[in-house]
Amino acid sequence: MSMLRGLKTLAFVEAKLFLREFFGVFFNLAFPLLMLFIFGGIYGNTPSPFFGGQGSVDVMVPAYMAMLIGTSGLLTLTIIISTYREFGILRRYKATPLRPQTILIAELLVIVLMLILGVILLLACASLVFHLRFHGNALSVAGAFLLSSLSFFSLGFVLAGLLPSARSAQAVAMTIYFPMLFLSGATIPREALPLTIRSISQFLPMTHVVNLLRGLWIGDPWGKHLTEVVILAAVAAIGLVVAVKTFRWE
Amino acid sequence: MGKQVVVEIEHLKKYYGDVRAVDGVSFQVFQGEIFGFVGPNGAGKTTTIECAEGLRRPDGGVVRVFGLDPQTAGIKLKERLGIQLQEAALSQHLKVWEALDLFASFYPRAVDRPALLEQMGLAEKRNAMFTKLSGGQKQRLFIALALINDPELIFLDELTTGLDPQSRHAMWDLVRGARDRGKTIILTTHFMEEAERLCDRVAIIDHGRLVALDTPERLIQNLGAGGRVVFSVQTAVDPAKLSALPGVTRVEAAGERYTVYGASPKIVVDVVNFLSAGDIPFRDLRTEQPNLEDVFLAMTGREMRD
Repeated sequence: MSMLRGLKTLAFVEAKLFLREFFGVFFNLAFPLLMLFIFGGIYGNTPSPFFGGQGSVDVMVPAYMAMLIGTSGLLTLTIIISTYREFGILRRYKATPLRPQTILIAELLVIVLMLILGVILLLACASLVFHLRFHGNALSVAGAFLLSSLSFFSLGFVLAGLLPSARSAQAVAMTIYFPMLFLSGATIPREALPLTIRSISQFLPMTHVVNLLRGLWIGDPWGKHLTEVVILAAVAAIGLVVAVKTFRWE
Repeated sequence: MGKQVVVEIEHLKKYYGDVRAVDGVSFQVFQGEIFGFVGPNGAGKTTTIECAEGLRRPDGGVVRVFGLDPQTAGIKLKERLGIQLQEAALSQHLKVWEALDLFASFYPRAVDRPALLEQMGLAEKRNAMFTKLSGGQKQRLFIALALINDPELIFLDELTTGLDPQSRHAMWDLVRGARDRGKTIILTTHFMEEAERLCDRVAIIDHGRLVALDTPERLIQNLGAGGRVVFSVQTAVDPAKLSALPGVTRVEAAGERYTVYGASPKIVVDVVNFLSAGDIPFRDLRTEQPNLEDVFLAMTGREMRD
């Protein structure tokens, strides 16, 4: 019981704080919808040979899910942890009976909740407005979503742990996040990217998230995406080890 | 003193690289007293109390709070402490009432929050976000958070820094009130007046070492400096004649202004009699008692505010 004392209130307060921050609300909730309505509005969702018989929105939605995972893990998590540390907010919590784990659980809970909310909004708008098609297995997609989230959340912890200040964490997180966003196929579909970029993008973890989610979305078997699974699992595992070693409260 | 020991520190050492922030400090704090640390910035005050709070791990020595080691005691001990840190922050967009509710939820019991806000002069700021508060309001909010769990032992690190004189006196009353209800308070300050007027006992700390520890009255008494008489005259007086008065230890003359030092309170009478007898008109005559500032100067060889 004492383990959970404070968790409910802290998570609730943190959720409110999240929604009071323009940056968080925009990138975690509004931005994918904005993209959906702009590009869905331009290209519609008619099946096209360019996307192997899928519509633009059918391709966009799993890719935007990858974008949401990147935003939550790489940007939101990194920025929250590094600012809380730098400004002494974690320090103040440390002076209370609150367990450090409780603080982490509360932060993660809120970020995951916002991620799920972002996905629900995306799916709802894409279905209602653009008649989104889905040919995969919902459980498989959920599993791939979880694995991808694990690897990106552990990357966020690594950045927050390794970088000395909130400013540098923010700068590095953005420097990694934004190019990845455009090169990985998360915003511009890989079909529209030149081959050189596509070969570079093999080194970006987000590319593998996009490929895995898009594949499972149209009903690919897991066997077809073992490379992505191994890479993402490795990133998650290595990230977790480094994160545990580098995580600091002060 | 038959009182219960709340905090016991023996030979505490804490180093930051080559810097000996705390270098073998020992003292005890008893239940129901206001114990103050004074010393210049960097003297080791904050490090010492943060070791007692369990926020820093000592490099040597023994720290016991309610008989427990703060490093290993964990939550049960933290529940009995109220801590105001010298440097802390809350999330920018957290509102005052939310901060109080949030921190109250961390403890098994909490005091009446509207009353606490009222007491802290924050009642009309209850809906304000942290970032919109002035320095003094933030400070008062952090003091409120330190009191939210009705703690038995309260740590206040530079409690009145950034407060206007009115709030400062209100905080003093609050601390005295807590003491009168049986709470123990450990505070740091670099205001000598605050230490002298508020603390039951004062520890003077300098370069990581405890240089003196006693009640403010005894610290001043033990200095043996006695009082001084200050006055101004139009026509010059021979300092040698003043020095010859009984009980006078030293005379300083600076222009029209004379300061006569002496151990006995009787020197005032002697000085006034001497001036009247010589028909020397004087003005602005007053006596000054030594204060903690003088004690600090004598103990450390330097002014507090440097």
